[in-house]
Amino acid sequence: MVKKTLATLGIALLIALPSSGMATPQQDLEDFRDYYQKRFPGTPFDDFINGVYSIDKASRDQWEEIEEFPPYELNISKGEAEFNKPFANGKTYASCFENGGIGIRQNYPYFDTERGEVITLELAINECREANGEKKLKWKRGPLANISAYMAYTSRGKVFDIKIPDDPRAIAAYERGKKHFYQKRGQLNMACADCHKFYAGNKVRADLLSPALGHLTHFPVYRSKWGGIGTTHRRYGGCNKQVRAKPYKAQSAEYRALEYFHTYMSNGLVVNGPGARK
Amino acid sequence: MTIKQLTSGTGAVLLLCCVSLFGGIASADMVADGKKVAFDRKKGNCLSCHMIAGGDLPGNIGPPLIAMKARFPDKAVLRQQIWDATEKNPNTIMPPFGKHRILTEKEVDLVTEFIYTL
Ligand code: HEC
Ligand code: HEC
Repeated sequence: MVKKTLATLGIALLIALPSSGMATPQQDLEDFRDYYQKRFPGTPFDDFINGVYSIDKASRDQWEEIEEFPPYELNISKGEAEFNKPFANGKTYASCFENGGIGIRQNYPYFDTERGEVITLELAINECREANGEKKLKWKRGPLANISAYMAYTSRGKVFDIKIPDDPRAIAAYERGKKHFYQKRGQLNMACADCHKFYAGNKVRADLLSPALGHLTHFPVYRSKWGGIGTTHRRYGGCNKQVRAKPYKAQSAEYRALEYFHTYMSNGLVVNGPGARK
Repeated sequence: MTIKQLTSGTGAVLLLCCVSLFGGIASADMVADGKKVAFDRKKGNCLSCHMIAGGDLPGNIGPPLIAMKARFPDKAVLRQQIWDATEKNPNTIMPPFGKHRILTEKEVDLVTEFIYTL
């Protein structure tokens, strides 16, 4: 009996593996959504923005209590102050972004066809500073994460709409991110997909594994374990380290490609960042 | 469970007793040491995925490790599953403990002894 279930599981895993290069991003997206909706029939599509809390009633109740006095509130107000503070040259962040930087989180990351690379929100924030003669901020936490949190907050409710332009370099970046997601790595030999797709909803020790659908709607995230806020690439580094793989640098081409694929997979869901997690 | 599996399972138990009685191997110690390696978060950390008798807060990614002698009449096959789970299932999430040097040869032996008692 056990053997039989294991065998079927094995077959299911085989079928679920990507037939790389064949599918278009649009097809990938549909398959991705279908997969999670079949795996979690009790979770309405729109609710996947809540990560692990979209699939577990018990932890959701605790979390809803936390959300009544959100731990990231201070990060948002610090981020707002920083966002509005003029640079030495008198300009502000608003000058670097569409719509003055308000309500635009859902368009990041995007593929810049002139530069031929993926631009994440955090990268754009630091490039804005540099263009205005200011020093770059640290990538993973602190003021940069606060500004990102504020910008996400002003975008709550907007629908993610990541585009893959018809440019071979954009497709290549998407495929690179997809490969990272499905490829086993590290001494422990595990893929992002192992934990956040094939075993989403199962427990590693006491930790319930969140579905990757909706992962990036709520970043940056305030994490009790961090005692603060962190960006997407901070989390990527952490999950790479968990499997004893060498993490890539924050904002490396590798992580930007991963974020591009990973966010594209949440198209159609709304921004609800910043989030709070344990 | 077939009679055949049952008897070979019992056979293995008998064999184990005899080896420890007459072969001078401190089998009880090996089992205790194997348990330590299996439960250590920095070593086997098997509880992160498997329910194992005597361990708290197990995960549920892999099957509960029970009735191992019935499922693995041949202890060498069990050792191989721990050494490199990708041989049986190339897509497995279970880490290849021996092949990737997460555990040493000796530690894989100890864990095998412990798991075999379950
Ligand atoms: C060994 C299992 C494992 C692997 C492999 C793994 N993760 Fe995770 N990941 C976790 C756990 C456990 C958590 C915390 C609980 C949760 O939210 O799933 C987590 C959390 C996350 C979160 C935060 C979710 C949220 O709602 O805040 C993201 C994003 C994430 N992982 C992405 C990745 C990516 C991308 C990879 C591959 C580079 C990866 N993970 C690989 C176990 C894993
Ligand atoms: C990250 C998850 C994970 C970890 C850690 C893990 N396993 Fe597994 N194990 C599995 C899964 C999943 C299976 C089911 C077969 C498969 O998918 O390959 C399995 C199968 C097994 C089996 C075969 C069971 C059967 O009846 O066929 C044994 C024995 C086993 N594991 C022992 C161990 C031991 C001992 C350790 C620690 C040293 C360990 N596992 C650590 C996930 C894990």
